[in-house]
Amino acid sequence: MGSDALPIIQVSDVTVGYDHQIVLKDVTFEVRAGEVFCILGGSGCGKSTLLKHMIGLHRPMTGSILVDGTDIVSAEGEERRALLGRIGVAYQNGALFGSMTLIENICLVLEEFTSLPRQAMQTIARMKMKVVGLQDAGDRMPSELSGGMRKRAAIARALALDPKILFLDEPSAGLDPITAAQLDDLIVELSQTLKITFVIVTHELASIFAVADRVIMLDKERRTIIARGAPEELRDRSDDPWVRQFFHRQAALA
Amino acid sequence: MARSDTASLECEQLDPGGLRLAFRGTLNAGSAERLWPEVMRKVAESRPSAVEIDAQGVESLDAAGMALLFELKAAQEDRHGDFRIRGLRDDLGELMKLFDPGPPSAPARGPGLLIRSVNGLGQAAHEFVTGFHSQVGFLGEIFVRLLGVLVRPSRLRWADTFLIAEKAGANAVGIVALMGFLIGLILAFQSAIGMRKFGAEIYVADLVVLVLFRELGPLITAFILTSRSGSAFAAELGTMKVNEEVDALVTMGVDPVQFLALPRLVAAICVMPLLTLFNMLFGLIGCGLVMRSFGFPVATYIDQIQEAASLGDLCGGLVKTFVFGALIAGIGCLRGLQTGKSPSAVGDSATRAVVSGIVAIVVTDGVFAVMYYYLGI
Repeated sequence: MGSDALPIIQVSDVTVGYDHQIVLKDVTFEVRAGEVFCILGGSGCGKSTLLKHMIGLHRPMTGSILVDGTDIVSAEGEERRALLGRIGVAYQNGALFGSMTLIENICLVLEEFTSLPRQAMQTIARMKMKVVGLQDAGDRMPSELSGGMRKRAAIARALALDPKILFLDEPSAGLDPITAAQLDDLIVELSQTLKITFVIVTHELASIFAVADRVIMLDKERRTIIARGAPEELRDRSDDPWVRQFFHRQAALA
Repeated sequence: MARSDTASLECEQLDPGGLRLAFRGTLNAGSAERLWPEVMRKVAESRPSAVEIDAQGVESLDAAGMALLFELKAAQEDRHGDFRIRGLRDDLGELMKLFDPGPPSAPARGPGLLIRSVNGLGQAAHEFVTGFHSQVGFLGEIFVRLLGVLVRPSRLRWADTFLIAEKAGANAVGIVALMGFLIGLILAFQSAIGMRKFGAEIYVADLVVLVLFRELGPLITAFILTSRSGSAFAAELGTMKVNEEVDALVTMGVDPVQFLALPRLVAAICVMPLLTLFNMLFGLIGCGLVMRSFGFPVATYIDQIQEAASLGDLCGGLVKTFVFGALIAGIGCLRGLQTGKSPSAVGDSATRAVVSGIVAIVVTDGVFAVMYYYLGI
């Protein structure tokens, strides 16, 4: 990925937290168009919290978050809706609606944002299922799926509106290494063919090296970004003991 | 999905029986919305043996645009006609390949209405019988545990029991008292209308006190406890089941019935008679208010109810409440432990706990009525 690519997400001086407790302080970074960007860090360091702020579920205490040219913090009404139509989010446990089949899950998004004929939505839904390799599971209910299939289905639903940016919250958590690797391949394929920008929250080293162009690493104690750059760069050249431990401890395990 | 609509379509009949569709511009959700009905109508009208898509002018293609092409292809394959796309840019062709969903799977043909209704009837009957069986079985099992507690009281988790008794009992006093008061008031008013014709308003007190002691007091309280606590028991245990907490108990060697159901059962059996007493008391106060408004002194009213109702009436009513309490907690816990895995399962369990609880209470009340009749109580 060329370093001259334009930023599609700009997070500037953002402080996030709950109630009066600050989780992250004065965080600034940008995500470039078309890259696979990973947010790393140990448990409880605020990775998922940061992601929730980037998709507009929570408001930061201070700072601004520009997503595809729109300030997601202050955008309201039609502007916010239009932005939501350009991003897709796959939640950690899929968050698929349990009372609907997978096809219906995808059609629900399409019904909200387009007025295509029913048949068209069904076909689009089946196309998205094909991309994630679930072409035969369209009529199944989410409760009938394995963990890996559920994550794929969540990505299919996130893809429903041809988003420019896809946010994934711990896509490979709880999956076996083979299924996790298949999911990584899918992310790389989508990124290359559809030119989608990915923002991924993860702490799985294997995934990071397989998919990430650039990463930032958060730390619970210091409440900020402690390292940024290409994952190989951080592994080989970081002086920060925590970063070294993160990469080498996991590498030793793998 | 992009909404700008800049696509155009030209149609041309080809010999023999062919149809050429030339798309130009950006084939996206906006243009697909407009073109979809038009294209489908054209194809349906001319029923072409071959469809040729001229895609030379297509600048870009999103999912909706591709869906249109795939739909045309599927329609042609259905009719065993030819389908070809010409002049599509290579990168767009690659995209099409990636997204090609293949032919839609034929919807499975279900059985007919008659077979389905017979099936449904059989299933419902089966569920009723097995449901009744499991209810009786569970109540029996829990009763045996209860006897075990009587022998060794230390086996019951008393802290949990008191907490549940507070939630199901003490916190319900307000609503139970209010309901009793209103029921007493309304009952007195309604019966006074009929009694007044005979100048027998004083006997309103007899009627209300008997009805409250023997039937309505226990019943109303049981209904309140079912909807307040029976559903809560089912939801609590159901959530624990969904979160695999019940499985964890089993693997830790802790009996879930002993650990979860028994404290609730004991708590419900203990608070039910007390709540019923509150209900009856406030019912009598409500009735007394009406009697007072008819001009009867309070002393006369109290005299009248003392004469009308015996201790046997009160005890007969209270004995039922122990059984009701056991039924409410037992069924609530059973439904909770029967909870399935789906997201709506907890809600379903709570609903079923209330429905089967109320049915069980009314049926048991009927059994008591027959029993008391023959016992002469």
